[in-house]
Amino acid sequence: MTTTVNSPNPEQREALGARLRHGREAVAQRWHHAPRWVRWVLLAAVIVFFYALPNKEFYQYLGPIPTPGANFTQVLFTVSIYVLMAVGLNIVVGFAGLLDLGYFGFFAVGAYTVAVLTSPSSDIKTLWPWLLVVPIAIALTMVSGVMLGTPTLRLRGDYLALVTLGFAEMIRIAAVSSPFLKGQRGFNQIPHPPGQYSDGKPIFGVLDARPYYWLVLTLIIVVVIGVRNLTHSRVGRAWISIREDEDAAQLMGVPTFKFKLWAFAAGAAIAGLAGALFAGKQNFVNSQNFELLNSIIILAAVIFGGSGNIIGAIVGGGLVAYMIERFRGIELFGVELYEYRFLFFGLVLVVMMIFRPQGLIPNRRRAAEFKDRRKEVTVGE
Amino acid sequence: MLLEIDDVSLLYGRIQALHGISLTVEEGEIVALIGANGAGKSTTMRAISGIRPVASGRIRFAGEDITKLRADLRVRRGLCQAPEGRGIFPGMTVLENLDMGAYTRRDRAGIAQDLDRVLNLFPRLAERRKQQGGTLSGGEQQMLAVGRALMSRPKLLLLDEPSMGLAPMLIQQIFTIITEINEQGTTILLVEQNAQQALARAHRAYVLETGRIVKSGTGQELLHDPSVKDAYLGVA
Ligand SMILES: Nc1ncnc2c1ncn2[C@@H]1O[C@H](COP(=O)(O)OP(=O)(O)O)[C@@H](O)[C@H]1O
Ligand SMILES: [Mg+2]
Repeated sequence: MTTTVNSPNPEQREALGARLRHGREAVAQRWHHAPRWVRWVLLAAVIVFFYALPNKEFYQYLGPIPTPGANFTQVLFTVSIYVLMAVGLNIVVGFAGLLDLGYFGFFAVGAYTVAVLTSPSSDIKTLWPWLLVVPIAIALTMVSGVMLGTPTLRLRGDYLALVTLGFAEMIRIAAVSSPFLKGQRGFNQIPHPPGQYSDGKPIFGVLDARPYYWLVLTLIIVVVIGVRNLTHSRVGRAWISIREDEDAAQLMGVPTFKFKLWAFAAGAAIAGLAGALFAGKQNFVNSQNFELLNSIIILAAVIFGGSGNIIGAIVGGGLVAYMIERFRGIELFGVELYEYRFLFFGLVLVVMMIFRPQGLIPNRRRAAEFKDRRKEVTVGE
Repeated sequence: MLLEIDDVSLLYGRIQALHGISLTVEEGEIVALIGANGAGKSTTMRAISGIRPVASGRIRFAGEDITKLRADLRVRRGLCQAPEGRGIFPGMTVLENLDMGAYTRRDRAGIAQDLDRVLNLFPRLAERRKQQGGTLSGGEQQMLAVGRALMSRPKLLLLDEPSMGLAPMLIQQIFTIITEINEQGTTILLVEQNAQQALARAHRAYVLETGRIVKSGTGQELLHDPSVKDAYLGVA
């Protein structure tokens, strides 16, 4: 049987592209021309909205937004972790242009560092408090990033993609089969973050996911401010130049290897932080938390949102993680949509790549780079 | 001697692209390196700017052995290359591209001065300063690549086929500018397939054939050399 794919003709594609472009440009124009205070007020409103979101008194009025098949605040926590990771991966993929297929491996390093150093099921029984281990987890993740990056980032091309893919798989296999990492049985009683209310009850407990979500949300804001400052500095210029043309960057005196390694390590550190937060909330870490697919999902989220753009990464990470959870509990012809989540997800990505390869909210430069590359391809043909 | 290359060989995997080439550039000169497509001209440039490691031989610049020095540090020493073809940053504006040229510098006043100088040399770029590099025409991109390299205020400017793909009038213009840059005090090593123009402007020149230097002399000597005439100055 043959199937014909009805690919849209170029004119239609152009027209659709143009319409999308105009829509976004209109929004961007308004945003940039709005007075400063308007922008601040809007931004504050968005932030307040997301802080208020996990409260039932608030989200019950939001129609179809809360997830029917899962506890909405739990879902929000998961989504926030994905957003944090998307922001981190965006530094690696979006700013420095490095293809990291094993980003979730760093998340695992962060989570397992916390597990091993805090859990009573760990062989070494250090039983340190969570807060003390977080910086250790971040540092260890950065070190593993540097160790992975040092031999590979000197090479051009697809080596990095392969090595990172191998790294994530290696971590997963170690988690499954090494007695030290406890496989499926995992680590339990991982301590929660510290802090208690005035009545003595802990802020970070087992049942209420909201404090964790608020913590991650706050960290996302801090990280985004940090990344923004970085991208507007010499470091950011160096990253962008490497992404646009590595040889030219080197010819302008940019120490390309050093900056690639920095981007890689910074991204790894953020994933390590996410892993530590996850372990501190979940209380339990085992080998099932680290499927390879997760790396691909985050990468897809960044590309989907528009790599190179912080807002794009946030929207991409948020939407993708949310959509996956939203499918839970919805039945169609007797099957749960959740079972087919990756199929939908794949379809959406394919459609995106056809109509909008630069992502939902592309960055101005990125669009030009894509055009430039397309031109090069046509010249070469 | 500003630049001295001594018996340099370079490999791409198993393919040997340079077979022990030697050449020198004196301060204040324009030296041309001509040769057919695939002769190894760009490879020579890569060896000098350091984006490809050499297999053997020595490279000295301003009295220092830079054979093993990293590319970005060579830029800091005053060696800057405008890459072949479309080597500009397509997503950055003209001004941002020029700013990248000054990446290794911190003297704001000097950078501003050089920016004025470059925009004076290339009025086209001044008109398009806010335009993205990728949206410029081929000739404008070529000018941007040269201007960007100048922004590092190099002692030695390496130009890899600055006239490639340009209309005859623009070629004339770009060679005039090259001479002007040189007269303002920058030493230039110029790689060209457009041998006629390059030899006419150069103080000295080398002819490269399949990775070997086969001839050298003053620009005028080579311009009138019968074998060079035959091979590279085809009367079109
Ligand atoms: N990246 C590369 N990998 C392998 N071979 C290369 C590479 N770049 C150039 N070459 C080969 O080296 C030789 C010299 O190339 P090049 O220096 O680009 O020549 P030119 O600039 O004089 O046209 C050619 O035979 C070319 O095929
Ligand atoms: Mg060449």
